[in-house]
Amino acid sequence: MPDIKTEVMTVNMGPQHPSTHGVLRLVLELDGETVLSAAPTIGFLHTGIEKTTEQKKWQQVIPLVERMDYLSAQSNSMAFCLSVERLLGVEVPQRVRDIRVLIAELQRINSHLVWLGTHGMEVGAVSVMLYCFRERELLLNINELLAGFRLFPSYMRVGGLREDLPRGFHAAVVAFLDRFGPKLDEYEDLLTKNEIYLKRTQDVGVISKEAAVAYGLVGPIARAAGVDYDVRRYFPYLGYETYDFAVPTQTKGDVYSRYLVRVAEMRESMKICRQALARITPTGIFAIDDPRITPPPKDRVYTEMEALIQHFLIYSQGFTVPAGEAYVPVEGPRGEQGFYVVSDGTNRPWRVKSRPPSLLACQALEQMIVGGLIADVIAVIGSIDVVMGDVDR
Amino acid sequence: MGLESDFDIPVLTTSVEKMVQWARRSSIWPVTFGLACCAIEMMAMSCSRYDVARFGAEVFRGSPRQSDLMIVAGRLSRKMAPALRRIYDQMPEPKWVISMGACASIGGVFDNYALVQGVDQIVPVDVYVPGCPPRPESLIYGIIQLQRKIDQQKLA
Amino acid sequence: MDVDTLVASLQAAVPEAQIEQAPSIDLQTTVYVPRDAVPALARALRDRPEFAFTLLAELTAVDYWPKEPRYEVVYVVVSIAHRLRLRVKVRLPADDPHVATVCDVWPAANWLEREVWDLFGIAFDGHPDPRRLLMPEDWQGYPLRKDYPVQIRMTPNASEALQVTEDEFRSNLMKDRLTRGR
Repeated sequence: MPDIKTEVMTVNMGPQHPSTHGVLRLVLELDGETVLSAAPTIGFLHTGIEKTTEQKKWQQVIPLVERMDYLSAQSNSMAFCLSVERLLGVEVPQRVRDIRVLIAELQRINSHLVWLGTHGMEVGAVSVMLYCFRERELLLNINELLAGFRLFPSYMRVGGLREDLPRGFHAAVVAFLDRFGPKLDEYEDLLTKNEIYLKRTQDVGVISKEAAVAYGLVGPIARAAGVDYDVRRYFPYLGYETYDFAVPTQTKGDVYSRYLVRVAEMRESMKICRQALARITPTGIFAIDDPRITPPPKDRVYTEMEALIQHFLIYSQGFTVPAGEAYVPVEGPRGEQGFYVVSDGTNRPWRVKSRPPSLLACQALEQMIVGGLIADVIAVIGSIDVVMGDVDR
Repeated sequence: MGLESDFDIPVLTTSVEKMVQWARRSSIWPVTFGLACCAIEMMAMSCSRYDVARFGAEVFRGSPRQSDLMIVAGRLSRKMAPALRRIYDQMPEPKWVISMGACASIGGVFDNYALVQGVDQIVPVDVYVPGCPPRPESLIYGIIQLQRKIDQQKLA
Repeated sequence: MDVDTLVASLQAAVPEAQIEQAPSIDLQTTVYVPRDAVPALARALRDRPEFAFTLLAELTAVDYWPKEPRYEVVYVVVSIAHRLRLRVKVRLPADDPHVATVCDVWPAANWLEREVWDLFGIAFDGHPDPRRLLMPEDWQGYPLRKDYPVQIRMTPNASEALQVTEDEFRSNLMKDRLTRGR
């Protein structure tokens, strides 16, 4: 048989691609179906949010940072509010802390549902996407109840929340949690022991424990590799040390382990949600009682002069934050995120830098796909759960 | 259009133009061009609650050469602009563009160095759907407006 | 270990450099180090068992124009074993902003340093791949510097340059003419 001449083929998985979860460009060198090297190019969604925040007042930054990592929007705004509150030196009331925990955990379930849906669709299980987005609609209904907007409620404020919880909030969350538990079991039935899924995801995209830490990976990717680093346990915030939950970890570090970790995290989030909901009263205090930061209630604004002046000052020139810097890490759905906020003592931020877990996951992508097949590239990109808005900001 | 029944089976007559318009507007297949947050709402639109398949957009084609509609969903950065133009050029005629969201229409909340302030600087846009992100129902309304626009397009 | 012990151990690890502790209101102990001490300190932070700062959480820069020194490069490292967080800051002057890379110590720093180069123009000596990360490759200027405008009115470049050289273009043209028999 004559010697077949083969050569290395360079394939461009361009910025527009159905499976790259946004605009990621991968230039792959292939020998047949084996990936020899992968060079990711990012920056196709760079929005210059960090420069734009330097022109806005402190409260105006919140809608901007929500749009950075658009799947964990309320975790983002909560992290920003925590950093600024640390700079201000204020502590929000207990009820606000519990509500923030509840919203953050609901956001985690939301983000993991999108991940599960898109990952399932790319691996071939298209119905998983339809089911996950159906459950997600219930969560978006809850967001709409809170603030009138589905994806980016902007419900968090520096100093607390925008307004009190609406009527029917408890009932809506309880209805979602009651419905979601059995549904999650159904989705696990579809995938966890499915032989096709196992063949596609076991021993694919493996990263070792030491490599995960060296590449700065945190969150479900690191926990699937055996690193049990979770900011909620190591550096607790908002009273997480008083909640009873487990941090799921696996050891193999492949795509299947990440799937198991995220599904287990959804279950733990449901547990935390129920505990938080039991602590929250339907009505009560929703922001810190500091006249510099929190606007007064509207009925006082219409009748009292000082309240009118305070309202005007807060909304026209904003509050000033003492000079300094702060970075409060928060466990988002993708791992440790937070905002490094530098203030120069005025009513605008000097620098706002977001710690992007997705950027480091993108960087480690090359380690995970080299040596595998080209079909595995799709499974791995899905499993690291990159959100390009967070990578490029 | 007329309904004649010289025979046992009823026969509808219409013009070729109306036939072609009906065919074109009832099966608009978009190409996946989701860039940022609006893409999530576009995906929600194609899922079971706001099912857009009932309006003809049955599948989102991966390849631009097999699609008629490009929904630019999300913020377009300067680095991505050549790729957008390339995808648009690869689509065969007749093709339409919906600019979804505030960032694609006019630059949105981000008036800065990194974003193209409106996708219509690069490709001709047929329908603008405002919102940040627009609700799936808004986008469906945009598609219906596009269908009305196609109904008025002449063949020659 | 508490803050003072940590700073004292850091100073003992790099005795030739002057480590200055800064006030800090959050979880991170903050220290300023001179530019030349960065490689030695990075290695000590990762390798010494009493530190074990194996996770690089953040590498960024802040531009304090018009104050001098203008830039500050900020490293945030986490020790999972000891549950510690540390923030290391390096002050850089405006006319010669460069610092040694830490890519060989923490591979996570590769893209983070490229981003700082891209947005601030701070060079990292010894970086294996000093290219722009977020902006287009042929972009002029460093956007996150304070003297760079927020809004620029520039028509977007919607066409890419031809990826061939002039000789290749001409020879392609000749080949085309010959095969078509004109």
